Amino acid sequence: MNYERIKEKLEILADAAKYDVSCSSSGSKRANKNGGLGNSNGTGICHSYTEDGRCVSLLKILLTNHCIFDCAYCVTRKSNDIKRAAFTVQEVVDLTINFYRRNYIEGLFLSSGIFKNPDTTMERLIRVAKKLREEESFNGYIHLKSIPGASDELMKEAGLYADRLSVNIEIPTKEGLKLLAPDKDHKDFIQPMKAVKSNIEIYQSEKRLIKNTPIYAPAGQSTQMIVGATGESDKDIMYSAHFFYEKFKMKRVYYSGYIPVADDKRLPSIGTAVPVIRENRLYQTDWLLRFYGFNIKELLNEDQPNLDMDIDPKLNWALRNLHLFPLDINRCSKEMLSRIPGVGMKSVRKIINARRYRKLNWEHLKKIGIALNRSKYFITCDSTYFEKKDLTPLQLKNKILQESSSKYSTHLNNQLTLFS
Amino acid sequence: MILVYDDTFDGLLSAIFDSYLYKLDSVEIRSVRVYQPEIFNETQEVITDEIKVKRLQKKLLQLFGISGLNKIFKAFLSESQDVENLLFYIIKTSISNNKSILNDAANDIVLSFDKLVKKVHREKHRMEAFVRFHLIEGDIYYANIEPDFNVLPLISKHFKSRYADQKWIIYDLKRSYGIFYDLKTVKEITIDLTTQNKKGIYNTIQTGQGDKNLLTTKQLKENNYTNLWNQYFKSTNIESRKNLKLHIQHVPKRYWKYLSEKV
Ligand code: SF4
Repeated sequence: MNYERIKEKLEILADAAKYDVSCSSSGSKRANKNGGLGNSNGTGICHSYTEDGRCVSLLKILLTNHCIFDCAYCVTRKSNDIKRAAFTVQEVVDLTINFYRRNYIEGLFLSSGIFKNPDTTMERLIRVAKKLREEESFNGYIHLKSIPGASDELMKEAGLYADRLSVNIEIPTKEGLKLLAPDKDHKDFIQPMKAVKSNIEIYQSEKRLIKNTPIYAPAGQSTQMIVGATGESDKDIMYSAHFFYEKFKMKRVYYSGYIPVADDKRLPSIGTAVPVIRENRLYQTDWLLRFYGFNIKELLNEDQPNLDMDIDPKLNWALRNLHLFPLDINRCSKEMLSRIPGVGMKSVRKIINARRYRKLNWEHLKKIGIALNRSKYFITCDSTYFEKKDLTPLQLKNKILQESSSKYSTHLNNQLTLFS
Repeated sequence: MILVYDDTFDGLLSAIFDSYLYKLDSVEIRSVRVYQPEIFNETQEVITDEIKVKRLQKKLLQLFGISGLNKIFKAFLSESQDVENLLFYIIKTSISNNKSILNDAANDIVLSFDKLVKKVHREKHRMEAFVRFHLIEGDIYYANIEPDFNVLPLISKHFKSRYADQKWIIYDLKRSYGIFYDLKTVKEITIDLTTQNKKGIYNTIQTGQGDKNLLTTKQLKENNYTNLWNQYFKSTNIESRKNLKLHIQHVPKRYWKYLSEKV
């Protein structure tokens, strides 16, 4: 192995791949087979964190950054004057195995610029995965990018080796896509998703009948949207996300604050700050939809097309629905407990457990670790002391903001610091 | 009455068993690791006894379930001062109520217990993440660690099922013992490191000043992988999103020593 050459390629092709924020290695269960190498145990491990605080779990690289397309928002676009490089299949296999053996990574996330045509590219990605599985007996995590425009047959094959497949939709609206990637067709993104989704269903139903049916993309599909590139509203983004969750049974939708990579009149100029707070609010909204039983229309609608940047979306919802509060912590249902601002799902469980032993008062709630600075305005408990309830939503919002200024002002966190 | 046990989990269970067997009042349990003779307190040395351990374990399983028992074991590995008596209290109270008190999240004792469990659990996860192997003589993948708590017993299973086809050693320099997987089973080992001028085994020449020319080709190759990893770590960072505070929160500085990407 030519070390210097590999190092140079790694520098170029890891750099080009870093804009894909997904680094998750979770959601797959792949046991170590026949004493081979590796496993995926479901939760995934962050082996390190970048200096921007993101999880490093996978070797995330492009196979090549040669590309025949010219998407305006992408560093790899054809018209961009940058160094180009390409790994061979064997080089990616060697790097993955050697990093894995040293406990640096959970596996590989392989994406690519589109060289020649979508099928040639997809086929090459599959070759890497196949080699890892069949020649190296590798049971670690493999995430392959589904190349827009790749054929259904190739997508079927890809899922036999990969744990996860993803197509990044990148631009949440069709109009935006037309503007920024005129030579790409919206349905080229959708087609591989469809193929993967139906294969997952086919293999799952076969598995129920025939036990040794091979596993197909056990960690499912994900996608990513760029935030803040085309002037889309939060409603546009989240309704899109909702569509992908429902229609394609996505495991995850990622939101990536746009990092300017081009001087292009259609896009924010280079040097524009990355919208990290907005990104974080979108993730919070995403969590409310997936884990807290919220309906998308409760959070974003015609009257409220954008999220409040000052406060989290649950608090925002509660302020618009003050008539539902206060709730009695000692009696209210699990569903309603999870709707109280400042009470996360972990706390919900703790409250339900602890109130079996005794009635809970403020002291208990504090010990359990719920964020009283927000929740105290929305609950009653075993105490005669309550917050006054005759404030307007705006007054209440300001009061909460004042009391917790530090938390809301400076903490820019793009990983999921959600509801404590 | 002070019961002194041998610093193992089984020893602790034997001590608790004895307190019931001999109906001892106002018992305190102490590890030999920290025990100092006291003049006014009667002392009894506990003999670790497998049969007693099994019997108590059965009872504990009934009371706490497997997840509760695992938690108790984790809390024990925290080696925190007086953890024995905390666990003793929890077990005693649960036995006399005939119901686990561990779900009572608003109880002070349970709260401090949960804190310990959480800390140890986090350290277990950290070690599963932060162990960095390098290839040494004998085709063994070797890692030095200095965890805050005694987590080797907790991480052994994970590494065994993941790295089933390579020999590996994870060595706890703080507690001077390690675990060694020889392609069949995991064993506890101790390595005599007294001749080393720097505690632990590294991918450098021990005696010289790390003169590059003295490295064997194997070691050079090994260094290449470290460097490639470091290159990857650098290239995958997004400068315009830099957030060192968050970074350090995730990877506290005390762990940097053995992280190849941070050296
Ligand atoms: S096709 Fe993919 S790699 Fe090529 S320019 Fe468009 S987004 Fe970038």
